Amino acid sequence: MKAVCWNGIHEVAVETVPDPQILNPRDAVVKVSLTAICGSDLHLYDGYIPAMRKGDILGHEFMGEVVAVGASVENLKEGDRVVVPFPIACGNCFYCRKGEFSLCDNSNPKAWISEKMYGHPCAGIFGYSHMMGGYAGGQAEYVRVPYADVGPIKIPEHLNDEQSLFLSDILPTGWQAADECGIKVGDVVAVWGCGPVGQFAMLAARHLGAGRVIGIDYIPERLEMARSHCGAETLNHAQIDIQEALKEMTGGRGPDACIDAVGMEAHGGGPLGWYDKAKHLGRLQTDRPTVLREAIQACRKGGTVSIPGVYGGVVDKVNFGAAFNKGLTLKMGQTHVHRYMSELLGRIERGEFDPSFLITHRLTLEEAPQGYRIFREKEDGCVKVVMRPQTVH
Amino acid sequence: MTFSTSEMQNHGINVGGSERLASLLGGGLLTIYGLTRGSFGGMAMAALGGGLLYRGATGHCATYGKLGLNTAQGEGDLRNIRMRESVTVLRPRDELFVFWRDLENLPLFMSHLESVRQMDDKRSVWTAHSPGGLAPMIWEAEIVDEAPGERIAWRSLPGSDIENEGEVRFVEAPDGEGTEVHVTIEYHPSRGITGAAAKWINPLLSQMVREDVRRFKSLMETGEVPTVEGQPRGH
Repeated sequence: MKAVCWNGIHEVAVETVPDPQILNPRDAVVKVSLTAICGSDLHLYDGYIPAMRKGDILGHEFMGEVVAVGASVENLKEGDRVVVPFPIACGNCFYCRKGEFSLCDNSNPKAWISEKMYGHPCAGIFGYSHMMGGYAGGQAEYVRVPYADVGPIKIPEHLNDEQSLFLSDILPTGWQAADECGIKVGDVVAVWGCGPVGQFAMLAARHLGAGRVIGIDYIPERLEMARSHCGAETLNHAQIDIQEALKEMTGGRGPDACIDAVGMEAHGGGPLGWYDKAKHLGRLQTDRPTVLREAIQACRKGGTVSIPGVYGGVVDKVNFGAAFNKGLTLKMGQTHVHRYMSELLGRIERGEFDPSFLITHRLTLEEAPQGYRIFREKEDGCVKVVMRPQTVH
Repeated sequence: MTFSTSEMQNHGINVGGSERLASLLGGGLLTIYGLTRGSFGGMAMAALGGGLLYRGATGHCATYGKLGLNTAQGEGDLRNIRMRESVTVLRPRDELFVFWRDLENLPLFMSHLESVRQMDDKRSVWTAHSPGGLAPMIWEAEIVDEAPGERIAWRSLPGSDIENEGEVRFVEAPDGEGTEVHVTIEYHPSRGITGAAAKWINPLLSQMVREDVRRFKSLMETGEVPTVEGQPRGH
């Protein structure tokens, strides 16, 4: 089959590799009908996630048709059309039973790597480094799905692929980010980053009762999308001082909740931005926490900073004293996708929203290298790239 | 079926039994890890691992030969290697006990074992994986103590080349839902590991036991051991 392989920093290639097989009784194999490049794939592309190896198959946002199931999988059969959550979760462990699926204790066959780095092992994630298990990803014609009796959700006929695909990651990720803000009716929610997760976080904040949603970015078409599809007001951080603007918009209080939908590769300005850039380039810090700093600074006292943006390691010059003395609540982590899928599928079916507004680029799988490039450079108004393997009609 | 010391010394063997096992296990881990990394560092690791595999499998170490060291005989710098690991498994105590007490299940989660064959209720024959079709390492063990649902202790029979013992205890977790599993594995000093070698072999062995315990937890909780071995990848 054809698959998108990571071959080094800024090097992805479509290669011919063997088809995946059932390896465990609870596995399924899915023939991919639609897959996407995620903003977090760019962290891999840029080489900021450790434990990537040449030849690793990328991709954790995908859907398709079940073509094989292991002996223990009873809820799925060949021909079922499913979306697969990006975190791999067993459904049996302490965390899965609590609904904290992205903290699964059993799904990472290379648990020792993250255990050494973080004190405890992370769950497996498709196509997201050997630290997250080394699972082959879904930017491919076929993909093996472990614990297929827990993760995949069946999609009804009347929804098309583009309406359903984002249940795999970014829609639940944006949703959880807003959900964890504990939004009360009328709250002001500021969202840094109007990329895919930011858009869905704004959408979710609206649906969960926020009175005002403020989107922050510097790319005009993304700000326009936030206004037109997510009911947000917008601020362009290239043109104005965000701290001042947020104070002004909230009568000096600051937003009730601040969402960092950017993560480890923020583009910061000024001396601190250059300091981060230099340390980052020298690999002296893994992450550039510009947005985290801003969100902590801007958030009202007693408010919540929610962080769906991915961080990988050590950050520097984060004003923890501000977080402490303002009594902030910090919420973060990989998304418990399994927890949100069925609720969100219901909302899509009822027509509350159609997540496909995000898609700006429709490519074939063979065009993946170009897709990664334009998504990274944000060329050609690129917000979201989806790819269709050519074998699927 | 056990190696005897006299046999070994007749074949240029200058690495002690426990250390041979450690070399095999550590070498295997290093080789696999090194090869999968693919980088220069990885290749160096794989090369070192290969060397360890060789000395483990053949019982001969060229470095020891040159240095005039022989840990297969004599007193040397003796020490115990003791490894302890604990994990909480979300399954009932009795179920875990019954599974472990059937020693033939152990290779399902102890990666260095090829098989365990129970001879009778107490005695069993253990075979470790041998890379490259070299002579397998085999030893006999017996259950020396057990309390149903609570504890199993085993020990290699006297005269085994790889003298080792182990104990597993099952304790109800505080919430009453799961079971704390406490494992102790000990390798004995009869022809023990020298201080310097022990310093870097110990962590490898500890990690191996840790991974075994982790696999046990996964197997009991989910019915399978997570794996990516055999999946496709690019070149």
